Amino acid sequence: MTAAAAPAPPLTRTAPSGFGGATHDLVTMTRRSLLRILRNPSMTVLLVGTPVVLLLLFVYVFGGAFGAGVAPGITPGAAGREVYLDYITPAVLILTAASIAQATAIGVAMDMTGGIVTRLRTMPVASVAVHGGHVVGAVVQTLLATAVVLGVAVLLGYRPGANLLGWLGLAGVFSLVALTLTWLSVAMGAAAPSVETASNTPMILMLLPFFGSGFVPVETMPTAVRVFAEHQPFTPIIEVVRGLLAGTTVPTTTAWTALAWCVGLTVLGWLWARASYRKPRVTR
Amino acid sequence: MPTTPAPAIEVAGLHKRYGDQTVLDALDLTVPVGTVTALLGPNGAGKTTTVSILSTLIPADGGTARVLGHDVAREPQAVRRLIGVTGQLSAVDPLLTTVENLRLMADLLHLPRLEGRRRVTDLLERFGLTDAARKQGQQLSGGMQRKLDLAMTLVGGPQVVFLDEPTTGLDPRARRDLWDQVRTLVAGGTSVLLTTQYMEEADQLADHVAVLHEGRLVAHDTPTGLKATHDAGSLDDVFLALTDPDRAGSARAGHDSTEVA
Ligand SMILES: Nc1ncnc2c1ncn2[C@@H]1O[C@H](COP(=O)(O)OP(=O)(O)OP(=O)(O)O)[C@@H](O)[C@H]1O
Ligand SMILES: [Mg+2]
Repeated sequence: MTAAAAPAPPLTRTAPSGFGGATHDLVTMTRRSLLRILRNPSMTVLLVGTPVVLLLLFVYVFGGAFGAGVAPGITPGAAGREVYLDYITPAVLILTAASIAQATAIGVAMDMTGGIVTRLRTMPVASVAVHGGHVVGAVVQTLLATAVVLGVAVLLGYRPGANLLGWLGLAGVFSLVALTLTWLSVAMGAAAPSVETASNTPMILMLLPFFGSGFVPVETMPTAVRVFAEHQPFTPIIEVVRGLLAGTTVPTTTAWTALAWCVGLTVLGWLWARASYRKPRVTR
Repeated sequence: MPTTPAPAIEVAGLHKRYGDQTVLDALDLTVPVGTVTALLGPNGAGKTTTVSILSTLIPADGGTARVLGHDVAREPQAVRRLIGVTGQLSAVDPLLTTVENLRLMADLLHLPRLEGRRRVTDLLERFGLTDAARKQGQQLSGGMQRKLDLAMTLVGGPQVVFLDEPTTGLDPRARRDLWDQVRTLVAGGTSVLLTTQYMEEADQLADHVAVLHEGRLVAHDTPTGLKATHDAGSLDDVFLALTDPDRAGSARAGHDSTEVA
């Protein structure tokens, strides 16, 4: 019953605004996002499982024949599979990042369509933190998941040639790519009218790598597709990953193009997500 | 924080449209500090819309709305520091435990760590959630989730609390428990605006009852006053009389509040 009827004194609160406040909120929301990932391990298994299955499929079903296609002079069969594993590992790692981004969009849409974001919007919480928590959580998840998928590739016989600097570069590239893909998918999730839409729209992030240099050389494609493949963002990104993994040099223009795409799309996704955050929604 | 002479909620000439549909048409409403006002009205009357405007979620198309003197459109952050909102939809994270949900609020409100912890323990006890502290949101019953939702609203010690149909789906005992919580809050000086479809709830809890119909208040009075004016035995009868579709025109005549002291 009404035991504690004494007036509650106003609670102390530290300054909730400004850069410090936003960082504090981002840390809080990131912790929530990581907790949610831990609480839903079957999702992580699925997210790592999908690219692993694709890797097995591409290497053991298509690889024998495709390998001969990506490197002239290779005989179909075992030698083809080995070459093809080498060829597609970078793209499969990027697919891993894309699949995590897609799952993140669903989480964001659930927050947005349920009561959670509605509550957060009535609180003095830095708006960047609400979506930012999902993004940072997804970046951490991506780094761990790509490491696992890479491990599977190594078990299958993939031998990366990167040195220490190369590995650091790869960690940087994957963080940036994850940041880009998740801000885009978070924006898609935040703008989606329903959770179903949010699970479909980011599918484009999973499909696009196939229309690039990730699985077959672009030279083998018909002109229209090739022009698209050469100029879409995933191609330079995959080429940078390929070069860093192999320990070979990456052409400077390719590296700059990849960086420009990542930065540009990150800003786009962030602005789009921010615009959706305060937009009134139909809640019934 | 010093007590402001301003009312907890002050709404004047509030307008809200969705497309061609006028939802709020010159709504006036005042909630004095330390009192409970129940906002009643048929489904679709605009109760949630009113709460959404007051809690800075959506903009109004005209008129002013102030919370403890702060204009919701011009000083939304100041308003957000003063209010707590339990919406019609659950704001409980299904994957986090009861404690984690409450701590999330404490952290987002920047309560110092120890104070936050104490506050969470205190709320767990007050709402009878201590045994469910380590359960995930999705493992709680609907009623427990609703309690947790309200407890989350109170973590920051808000001065003005909005409750949008807080007891929907609760069993009679849980409902009464929740009423006690609201009474405790108000005894502590908090002001409450609640919407409900349960007339008994309004009768039990509210100092003032406001009935929203066709975009305006068709009545604003104490529960006793309303029953007396309408010569009705219960608020149910008052509600039915005021929101009768056949006498919508005459209902409007009762727009001016008739305060009974
Ligand atoms: N986002 C929106 N877009 C269009 N119309 C809306 C929107 N939100 C609410 N409405 C309309 O505004 C009116 C008032 O809705 P509101 O949710 O405020 O009603 P309510 O009084 O809370 O109803 P209930 O008792 O069913 O919860 C309804 O006719 C509803 O259809
Ligand atoms: Mg409503």
